[in-house]
Amino acid sequence: MIELLKNTQINFMGKKNIALLLSAIVSIIGIIGIVQIARGSANLGIDFAGGTVVQLKFNKNVDLSQVRKALENDGIRNFELQDMPTIQKVSITIKQEEDTQYSDKVINALRAGLKDTDITVDSVSTIGPKVGKQLRIDAMWAIIAATVGILIYVTWRFQFRFSIGATVATFHDVLAVLAVFYVFGREMNLILVTALLTIAGYSLTDTVVVFDRIRENLRKNIREPVEDVINRSINEVLSRTIITSLTTFLSAAALFFFGGEVIHDFALAMLIGIIIGTYSSIFVASPVVLLWRGDRPLVKR
Amino acid sequence: MKKKNVKWRFLLILVALMLSFVYLLPNLPLSIPESFKKILPESGINLGLDLQGGIYLIYEVEGQKAAELTASRLANTLRKLLDKDSIKNTVTVKGTSIELSGEVTKIKDALVKNYANLDLAIEEEKITASLQEREIKWIKDNAVEQALETIRNRVDQFGVAEPMITRRGENEIIVQLPGVKDPKRAIELIGKTAVLEFKLVDDESTVSAEYPNAVTAADEKQFLEKYTKEDKLPKGDIILFERRTARETGEVFKKPYLLKSETILSGDFISEARVAIDSRDNQPYVSIKLDTEGAKLFEEITANNVKKRLAIILDGNVYSAPVIQERIAGGTAQISGTFTMDEAKDLSIVLRAGSLPAPIKIEQNVTVGPSLGRDSIEAGKRAGIAAFLLVVVFMALYYKLSGVIADAAMLLNILFLLGAMAALNATLTMPGIAGVILTMGMAVDTNVLMFERIREELRSGKTPRAAVDAGYDKAFFTIVDSHVTTLITSAVLFQFGTGPIKGFAVTLSIGIAINLFTSLIGTKAVFDYMMNAKREVKKLSI
Repeated sequence: MIELLKNTQINFMGKKNIALLLSAIVSIIGIIGIVQIARGSANLGIDFAGGTVVQLKFNKNVDLSQVRKALENDGIRNFELQDMPTIQKVSITIKQEEDTQYSDKVINALRAGLKDTDITVDSVSTIGPKVGKQLRIDAMWAIIAATVGILIYVTWRFQFRFSIGATVATFHDVLAVLAVFYVFGREMNLILVTALLTIAGYSLTDTVVVFDRIRENLRKNIREPVEDVINRSINEVLSRTIITSLTTFLSAAALFFFGGEVIHDFALAMLIGIIIGTYSSIFVASPVVLLWRGDRPLVKR
Repeated sequence: MKKKNVKWRFLLILVALMLSFVYLLPNLPLSIPESFKKILPESGINLGLDLQGGIYLIYEVEGQKAAELTASRLANTLRKLLDKDSIKNTVTVKGTSIELSGEVTKIKDALVKNYANLDLAIEEEKITASLQEREIKWIKDNAVEQALETIRNRVDQFGVAEPMITRRGENEIIVQLPGVKDPKRAIELIGKTAVLEFKLVDDESTVSAEYPNAVTAADEKQFLEKYTKEDKLPKGDIILFERRTARETGEVFKKPYLLKSETILSGDFISEARVAIDSRDNQPYVSIKLDTEGAKLFEEITANNVKKRLAIILDGNVYSAPVIQERIAGGTAQISGTFTMDEAKDLSIVLRAGSLPAPIKIEQNVTVGPSLGRDSIEAGKRAGIAAFLLVVVFMALYYKLSGVIADAAMLLNILFLLGAMAALNATLTMPGIAGVILTMGMAVDTNVLMFERIREELRSGKTPRAAVDAGYDKAFFTIVDSHVTTLITSAVLFQFGTGPIKGFAVTLSIGIAINLFTSLIGTKAVFDYMMNAKREVKKLSI
């Protein structure tokens, strides 16, 4: 039997204050990120801000400065360029442009400016301001709906204080991934929201594994202090929470390294989310259960 | 110990495997005899727009404009009616309302007699006649339906393999054109309002002699300001332009025309439109044929206006303004301009398919070129193989034989998932591929939970057989709980996501559901079968 971790005796609950402080800070950054998204000052993708992205493929390496010059010569301003030199692609983003036929102008400008280069249009996405606003609202509702759905299910399956723990941990995971993306200035878009929702669903797997064991052990040892039971339970299931996360992490890593540019950010968010999800089931979900001192006993008898 | 019957479970898996294979046949690169094909399912998994290339468009139909157009048509009719009865009147259109002044009482009587369905607001000096709310709503709704029909006609004639054109909500139309080779051309074709009008050139007025032959885009505003002032623009006239592109420089010039604003003939009478080539200069042009009524009107117009110029106008742009040499019978006319062959072809399509009842505006446009689609499929394959190898090797190393069993179950999981998608005719998108790949990692999770539990039971001294049973029983609820939460979020994603993201939600949720089957029935059957061996199993490779 190969075992990742044998008979660990880590006092997880002893470190709960540091862990909760850390998580609180990260969550606050995540909340700041949300506020900035709502105010429109974060790095919003065009699906939320409205605008146009044109991705072009060239038959040879093209210097970004040439692209910039060609665009500026045609009076195009406020664009962002992203270079993918290994595959000879450049993507041009113009945010908050209300003209939904603007991509033609961009493509024509480059065809005129880079005469000796063959240009293939890889993709064009244009989102009108109305759709952008609608998508922002939809995304918000989706996150709320998912959270409420999870809360209802967990409340049905577990006691209230467990469901509080699970919900706090889920929120924490979503906020933490958002915080990482926000701090590093990465783009907030629909694909990120998709990843966040997937993370919300998946991070519960770990939490459920830990909770199931805590519940089982509490039933068996009614007299033992709750803190000890929680510690022992986490130690017992530590290797399996890590392994279940690891296998999914491996899949996400394959997506990240080989999945191409379309799915790159999604895979990145998943990778971060899986790690944070595993952390949170131990250091967020469980301490919340411990700290939520209701009058009722921990286990329904 | 009593042996457990595993036969029916293996049979079930075999049936599922065969079904998956049959449903996946259309997607496999095999040549299947024609006689076989008839009994086989037809389509299998479809590739999404992001993988095969194509366009996804959301249009907003500007229904308000259709209502305004109705009001302005009605104003023309009213003017004629009042003039006929020699009632003094001034008629102006404001949005969907018409203001009438002049002999107010007589106008009121005429309106009440002829137009019961107008809302009237009567003041001392003027009457405001408005379209009723209900009427406006009907016009808007009808405009969307008509636009839908017109777009469908245009796309059909343009030739796209499997277009999807649907209405969404009050005023939106979604157009999906997979595999379109020339997206820009398709978008132009769909978006053209294509209102064809014939108007007479006002050659009697002297102001038009002052017009420059061509106005650059920069000077257009200035020109219009100067010549639309009251003393410069004769009553009942309008100015429209003909666009001309200089061959060498690509610069656009506009030639102004002073026209009588009345439309004497419209595109509604077109019965046929086709491309023809002018034998003199090899230029393509569009030849149109009018229906009987239109032909009669056209003959009348040409007979009454010999030596005058007749402007042919499409969507507010003058295409040409030939001099009427003589009465034209038969109802044929030609629209010439500096067309390329494709442009002429597209123009003939929009003229045949009819005009849009109101302008439409692009709200969202996602165009994916075929090369990006191919790149994505390639990347998806590479990532899939990499993920598969990583997970398989890890499981085999860590859990030995049991890991290999889990790997086999995972492979089945993926096959069943693809089979189910084919059976449902689901669409595979790039995020969908990501869903399949993530499913690989999540699929073995179930087995990891069981194996860990079994190991625990073994450590506590149970026999392999008892350990397997206890492991499965105790891990069962943990597994179900963790699956349900993922299903909840995929359901939300399905509800809220657009195309590609819906694809992700579909693959993830089907994958998760099938996972319950393959691990709780599949792997368990294999373990039970091993435990059924003649000699009691002493050691479990886990």
